[in-house]
Amino acid sequence: MSRTAGKGDVAALIFGVALMLIMPMLISTYTLTVLVIYGMLGLSLGLIWGFGGILCFGQAAFFGLGAYTYAVAAINIGESTLPMLLSILVPALFAALLGAMMFCGRLTDVYLGVITLVVTLILFKFTNSTAGPQYKIGEARLGGFNGIPGFHTLNVPGQPNAYIWGEPLYYVCAVALLVVFFFVTWLLRTPFGRIAVGIRENETRVSLMGYDVRARKTALFAIGAGIAGLAVGLFANWAEIVTPGLFSLGQSAEIIIWCIVGGLGTRFGPILGAAGLAYLKFMLGQQTMVDNTLITGIILVMFVLFLPKGIVPAVTSLWTVSFAKRTPKGRRHRSSARRRGGAHG
Amino acid sequence: MASDNVNFKLKARELRCLIGPNGAGKSTFFKCISGLHTPTEGRVFMRGQETTGWHPHEIASLGVGIKTQVPNVMDALSVFENIWMAARRFMPTRAANTKTSDIIDRLRLGPIARAELGRLAHGERQRVELGLVAVADPWLVLLDEPAAGMSAEDVARMSEIIHELTRTAAGVIVEHDMQFIRSIATTVTVFHQGAVLMEDHVDRVMSDPVVRNVYLGKNA
Amino acid sequence: MDLSFVILVEILYGIASLALISAGLAVVFGMMKVINLAHGEFMMMGGYATITAVNLGVNVFVAMLIVAPLVVGLIGLVVERLVIRHLYGRLVDTMLATWGLSLFFVGSVTMIFGNTTTSITTPIKGFSVGNYQINGYNFFIIFITICLLAGIYVLLKTTRAGLIARGTMQRSDIAAALGYSPDRIYMATFFFGSALSGLAGAVLAPLVGLVPTSGGIYIAKAFITVIAGGPSLIAGLISSAGLFGLVNQVFTFAISPVIGEVALLVAAVILLRLLPQGVTARFFKGKM
Repeated sequence: MSRTAGKGDVAALIFGVALMLIMPMLISTYTLTVLVIYGMLGLSLGLIWGFGGILCFGQAAFFGLGAYTYAVAAINIGESTLPMLLSILVPALFAALLGAMMFCGRLTDVYLGVITLVVTLILFKFTNSTAGPQYKIGEARLGGFNGIPGFHTLNVPGQPNAYIWGEPLYYVCAVALLVVFFFVTWLLRTPFGRIAVGIRENETRVSLMGYDVRARKTALFAIGAGIAGLAVGLFANWAEIVTPGLFSLGQSAEIIIWCIVGGLGTRFGPILGAAGLAYLKFMLGQQTMVDNTLITGIILVMFVLFLPKGIVPAVTSLWTVSFAKRTPKGRRHRSSARRRGGAHG
Repeated sequence: MASDNVNFKLKARELRCLIGPNGAGKSTFFKCISGLHTPTEGRVFMRGQETTGWHPHEIASLGVGIKTQVPNVMDALSVFENIWMAARRFMPTRAANTKTSDIIDRLRLGPIARAELGRLAHGERQRVELGLVAVADPWLVLLDEPAAGMSAEDVARMSEIIHELTRTAAGVIVEHDMQFIRSIATTVTVFHQGAVLMEDHVDRVMSDPVVRNVYLGKNA
Repeated sequence: MDLSFVILVEILYGIASLALISAGLAVVFGMMKVINLAHGEFMMMGGYATITAVNLGVNVFVAMLIVAPLVVGLIGLVVERLVIRHLYGRLVDTMLATWGLSLFFVGSVTMIFGNTTTSITTPIKGFSVGNYQINGYNFFIIFITICLLAGIYVLLKTTRAGLIARGTMQRSDIAAALGYSPDRIYMATFFFGSALSGLAGAVLAPLVGLVPTSGGIYIAKAFITVIAGGPSLIAGLISSAGLFGLVNQVFTFAISPVIGEVALLVAAVILLRLLPQGVTARFFKGKM
């Protein structure tokens, strides 16, 4: 990755804007909106897992938490600007607390996976059981299994009655994704981002250099959760209902699959994986021959077995091998396993 | 393996080698002072400050450079990035860039500066790791077997680098290679069964019959 | 008096079912350091195997105790040969691949049996203690679990295969160096572990309505029980199932079943935070 903003970024920007404008001619903006949102969610895990080496089985926890935050706040406040901010901040704060607890205990790999998974389950079980009228936050009833419908959706900041929906919502989401993408790009170029990659590669070495690995991992974890929160704030506005299903293990699994298929350690990969697989699922949903879940399962197994680095890195290295001059063909130990969060567990 | 009853003092800019047979407690001792282990008993002081039970990153932040026994480097990153990260801890980005290039020249890593660590040979990786330590201008360096598994040529280069490092820093080096020790140190501390057996000039240690018996006798 | 008896039975049942759920996963994890996230689906398939066999006229106990373990064991064998064996030593990759397998099985079973609830009746009648009704089947589950754990213990302790297995658990590289093919050991282990999962799923099937997604309710519990138990197979299972089962049932009685579940999960988080290597790494070092 280049060290400074340059041609690559301009190209990415042009490509992104062009894609944003062209795609509505091919796919309905209603479907596109959710693809863009999933892309952002994929990127949130892609950042903390692909670049920070933190394997989180519970990205859905932040997704669900952000959604409920938005819904509850929107009902109580009656406009959308502050709820959107809260849907970013609450998951980020929650992740900071959870991260501080986990990383200070020097928990790694599997144990991190278990704890994030369990926390997701706790939230899932809890929200599912809040059907009774006693579960209220301000004006908002949590509604148990049925979720919360009928909250105030996105409006122009300052004008609660100027709703943004349909096509404009798509453009808001697409611009938000571009902003997040360049935020991540920038973050990875700052010393913070580069040290995060160092931590992924070798935690001990980075701490022997004098960096507080625990604090840095916690911060990165919180940033990832904040991005997931932004995605879900938009998602809530698209779906116009939030349900406990957002916390489900299936949701967590899907986010992980997006990252694997798209490619870890890249910024495009998770976005591409998310949008591509979500669209595939949408298409599959229109036929009844083969079960949807079965195909998702096969895709995941096949990728782990045959293309463990994902599509984007594979295409990139194919490109490099075919076109670049002076490619050092050398040994390359361990790095694919490392990128996954280590093989030495 | 453990070390007990170790009373170990190091003066400023003093270079000391720790030797002893396998299991003598050198590594445990090393881990206790570098913060990788918390000693169950006993206390560690650095420059008058107690550092017992500190985390490695806190000890490193004091200006202590640490190199562990297994090469600890970041495989997917380049030589430059590896060293830069160590420099950036103690200085702003621009200064870190200059300083990193400087160290790369001094260690003659120039031709491989952009290569990924995962592609390098063992000796080169060891050298890069020493570069990581050197770039932060430590006042104390702790090196665990820096010459392990290296060719004679690499060892010679390594001792040169260590000499340069220890012009400004004190050093504790755990080592097996006697040739190497002779080339870098004057004072040697011998560990045996978790305690200090002897502490003296390298030549006197080598000729001491007890030391020869417990250590050299078995190995040579 | 009656109440305390009922509570005692319920607690024992809670512990036993947790140990039963986790046994298959624990064997595979302990021996192969593979976390099989399709474990829940193996249990689910054990349930379906039982129901299918019963519908074909097989005696219900034969179906549960023989047919289901065999069927699921064979499925496990196929999975091991086709997928798992390519991923040994890559912990995270095996987790992801088995997660994919779990989705695959959910999808397949949905296509075969449909997305509706299937159930079989409990083969053992309930009875009452004083004013309370006790489910007689709970005793069966407690009994089966004790037999199973005792069986594994005897197997590990007295047989040659058990000795090799214990050696592999301690140091797989040394076992390999002594001439025991790790490939065959792993194959056998995965068969055995899958069969255990199938058995557990079959035995528990009469208590829950079966749907293709039933596995999901088991996997998280099994996962945390095994991880919290740590490296010792039997001691780990008993201690963590004991702890979590107790917490779960106590909170279920005191407040509600949902809070019971949540309490179990919270207990798991706290335990892992305090003892990241599991209970037995700390207290039962070197036991099985």
